[in-house]
Amino acid sequence: MNNIVLLPIIIPLITGMIMVIFRKNIRFQRAFSVFAILATGGVSVFLMAQIRTKGIQTLQLGGWQAPFGISMVADMFSALLLLTTSFVSLCCLLFAFRSIGKEREASYFYPMFLFLITGVNGSFLTGDLFNLYVCFEVMLISSYVLISLGGTKKQLRESIKYVLTNIVSSFLFLVAIAYLYAMTGTLNLAHLSVRIAEAGQDGLMTTVAILFLIVFSMKAALFLFFWLPGSYSAPPTAIAALFAGLLTKVGIYALFRMFTLVFYHEPQITHLIIGVLGALTMLLGAIGAIAYWDIKKILTYNVMVGVGFIMAGLASFTPVAMAGSISYLIHDMIIKALIFLIGGTMIHLTGTSKLKEISGLIGTHSYLGWMFFIAALSLSGIPPLSGFLGKVFITQGTFETGYYWLGAMGLITSLMVLFSIMKIFMNGFWGETYLSQEMEKGTTKGLMFPIGLLTVATIALGVGAEGIFEYVNLAAESLMNPKLYIEAVFRGNVMP
Amino acid sequence: MKKPNDVILHSVTKVAVVIILTFSIDLFFAGHHDPGGGFIGGLGFASALTLLLLAFDIEWVRENIPIDFKVITASGVLIAVLTGLGSLVFDAPFLSQTFNYFNLPIFGKTELATAVIFDFGVALAVIGTAVTIILSIAEDR
Repeated sequence: MNNIVLLPIIIPLITGMIMVIFRKNIRFQRAFSVFAILATGGVSVFLMAQIRTKGIQTLQLGGWQAPFGISMVADMFSALLLLTTSFVSLCCLLFAFRSIGKEREASYFYPMFLFLITGVNGSFLTGDLFNLYVCFEVMLISSYVLISLGGTKKQLRESIKYVLTNIVSSFLFLVAIAYLYAMTGTLNLAHLSVRIAEAGQDGLMTTVAILFLIVFSMKAALFLFFWLPGSYSAPPTAIAALFAGLLTKVGIYALFRMFTLVFYHEPQITHLIIGVLGALTMLLGAIGAIAYWDIKKILTYNVMVGVGFIMAGLASFTPVAMAGSISYLIHDMIIKALIFLIGGTMIHLTGTSKLKEISGLIGTHSYLGWMFFIAALSLSGIPPLSGFLGKVFITQGTFETGYYWLGAMGLITSLMVLFSIMKIFMNGFWGETYLSQEMEKGTTKGLMFPIGLLTVATIALGVGAEGIFEYVNLAAESLMNPKLYIEAVFRGNVMP
Repeated sequence: MKKPNDVILHSVTKVAVVIILTFSIDLFFAGHHDPGGGFIGGLGFASALTLLLLAFDIEWVRENIPIDFKVITASGVLIAVLTGLGSLVFDAPFLSQTFNYFNLPIFGKTELATAVIFDFGVALAVIGTAVTIILSIAEDR
């Protein structure tokens, strides 16, 4: 029993609810939300230290033992993601202070922001499949509000698509849960793992596994990404960056959890499908990123390439690839938020997202330009920045398993990513400076700090990879050994 | 426009609302051992308010019950979560509950449980949510 496991969910929930009561006081809300996210980050650091020394931490709500009660489980994988979530959301929040506007602030922007974090953290920590569904819904409902908040025409159009696709996938999620419950009689993830290992993963179970794959692919934008380009380019920058950094990653987390803990017996079917989907996602995403001349479109297609690449690690299913995937996932959360924030700042300055109308921003905004350059290099995995190690390990893993096509696809698409992102740099930052500082539509005042913070993080993650890799390896180890998770949940109890 | 004559509706509502409210409070307290509880009690309470809204108009109800129901929702969730957090003080798992018997002046030997406070939070959250939804649909023209 360790009540600290629950705090990353409770802190944003309580602070968000208090903010709903004090709706008018914006300054209080700003300070309080920064406090909440810092506190959540602090708790996750503390959790990481505990997990490192004492192993996986669990909490049985209300003292009802698993599998009867709801279990909360924090292993190193969840704790790393919790910490990254806090960091990325802090940066998006700081960016929002200056850019989100008074109207949105007065219509529950900060509470919704924190409820979104509640849902994300809850998904990372839960050890129960139905509770995972609930946390997904908490996250999605807050994201419905955030995506439509402000009510511009484009936002409303995209939010209808977004809500509809997510309702369909949530429905399929429930159906899949019902099937699984009917077949195994439990929804506790650890217990599910035991039961399926005992009974064997037969054809029917694999079918259910594929249903889960479809559901989470829709959430993670793995191949089923048709909803993503529109809905991620509609909301204001701070929200889009938060979505790009966090939302698809929760789907990825769920895929990792389900296909390492529960459905890991038939990798030649399920994991191969994941690999094929990952390769297709990378290819289509990269083609999209190259084809468009719109900053927002290029960046959203880059989100998909990242998703596909992380999935390549899961598909190869070796310890090395898993460690690569985890470190790449952390890198991806930070870097996607970073490029979205910089892209948003460019649009904020020039008033247009069309790349052909922007030129020479580096003349007036040299820091922004060079930070974008660092982000671009990091995104395509150039050492010593943060994307490099993950890329190496995932590629190594795919070669070990014999999926040469998958590794090759990863490398080819990272070249395409480099091309697409350099296109923004060459066209947007280089060239003749059209806009003088007076003619710009906005200022970068207050926007540079969060961008700088994220840039420092991507450099630090790359240079200090040794220190972080200890934790990443622990996380990969617990993912590859479902026994550790099961023993932590059923510590000393009789399993029914 | 001719004003519809709804004297009967008004009079019946005034009586019925009191009955529904009492019943929902009864349902709420029944929930500890028998069917009922915060969720259904809260829904009953909200249905009484909905009946008021149907019989009279929104402005009239707003004037007589000048509460922001979103705040009710938030305080309900806060009460529920904070009751759960109370178990942290006693080093028990989150959401643990306890109960004991007390001799109260009028009621005699009564069972008091911390779960009722949690349930009260749930009831407030349900009332707040349901009425907010109905009000925002009603205002939408």
